[in-house]
Amino acid sequence: MVNILWGSFILIGIIFSFFNGRIDIINNEIISSSKTALNLMMEILPLIAVWTGLMKIAEDSGLLNLIAKKLGFILRKLFPTIPESNEALGLIASNVAINMAGLGSVATPFGLKAMKELQKINPKKDTASSAMITFLVLNTSGVTIIPTTIISMRMLYNSVNPTEIIITCILATTLASIAGLLLDYFIRRKNGNN
Amino acid sequence: METISIIVLPVIVLTIIIYGFSKKIDIYSSFLKGVTEGLKICLEIFPCIIAMIFAVNILSSSGIIDFLFAFAKPILKKYSLSTDILSMSFFRPISGNASLAILNNIFKTFGPDSFMGRIASTIQGSTDTTFYVLTLYFGSVGIKKTRYALKVGLFADLIGIISSFIIVYLFFGL
Repeated sequence: MVNILWGSFILIGIIFSFFNGRIDIINNEIISSSKTALNLMMEILPLIAVWTGLMKIAEDSGLLNLIAKKLGFILRKLFPTIPESNEALGLIASNVAINMAGLGSVATPFGLKAMKELQKINPKKDTASSAMITFLVLNTSGVTIIPTTIISMRMLYNSVNPTEIIITCILATTLASIAGLLLDYFIRRKNGNN
Repeated sequence: METISIIVLPVIVLTIIIYGFSKKIDIYSSFLKGVTEGLKICLEIFPCIIAMIFAVNILSSSGIIDFLFAFAKPILKKYSLSTDILSMSFFRPISGNASLAILNNIFKTFGPDSFMGRIASTIQGSTDTTFYVLTLYFGSVGIKKTRYALKVGLFADLIGIISSFIIVYLFFGL
């Protein structure tokens, strides 16, 4: 998927620029784009590092667990097919809690473990269960409270107030999650919760 | 509203530190452990960022995006937007690093505090790479039939993108 996408970006870009007379710009881009990537990395690296550090404190002190437990209450309503004692709910809660902190890549291992648990209680092993799909929606509609990367990129380009988009992000992400979960709920109800 | 945005981070940091103290854990060494993990994560995503910025910058400087979205230009212009915002919306569910590369270009050209910059920030922050998560999560447990998962995931993304435009307009104006 990414493989084809990446290759075709470059192919289409270079071929189109032949017709467009912009080959000199492409030439520059080939030389300078990695420097753009390095600058971007230099800017987002410190903030990601500090943030993972703070999150580690939250994890070790049990704060993350506490939030996960609080979330578990709501999650149980979203996942009626998961038995209450199942480990999957706790893993899903941790995944969502870390995602909220804007650390998508830290959250992924928890998400994958949760999928494994969900697969154990899935009756048809090659087909997605409704609980898996609900989890995916929760994950992809991106419940993010602190968009770490975006804030650091805004700083890189001298934003007057880099964090001003926190509120708009929270509102948009909430609407997206609600919309996704509602559609999921209606499809599930039509299918009889399977 | 602006003050809420400013105090969110300090309040979260404060809560984490106070809770850590109250549980009497070694917050300093926890922090260091976390930072080390964070640096490892950065090292892992750095190659992806180089790859995607390389490809996206070649694609976007070829002018093909302007060419494809030319029909939408008059409407976009009315709100001082450019076609970059459409290509970002298009790439967001497919690749996080690709949309990050476009976001970078938008900040460079229009500035992070412009209408474009704010919308792009909000789109990036409120949606996720549905295709990637779907492939990774379902692939990891060997699921081939994903049923209505993609449909619901993309619907959530679409709502996220549309509400980004509306919310930024309501909060900051043009």
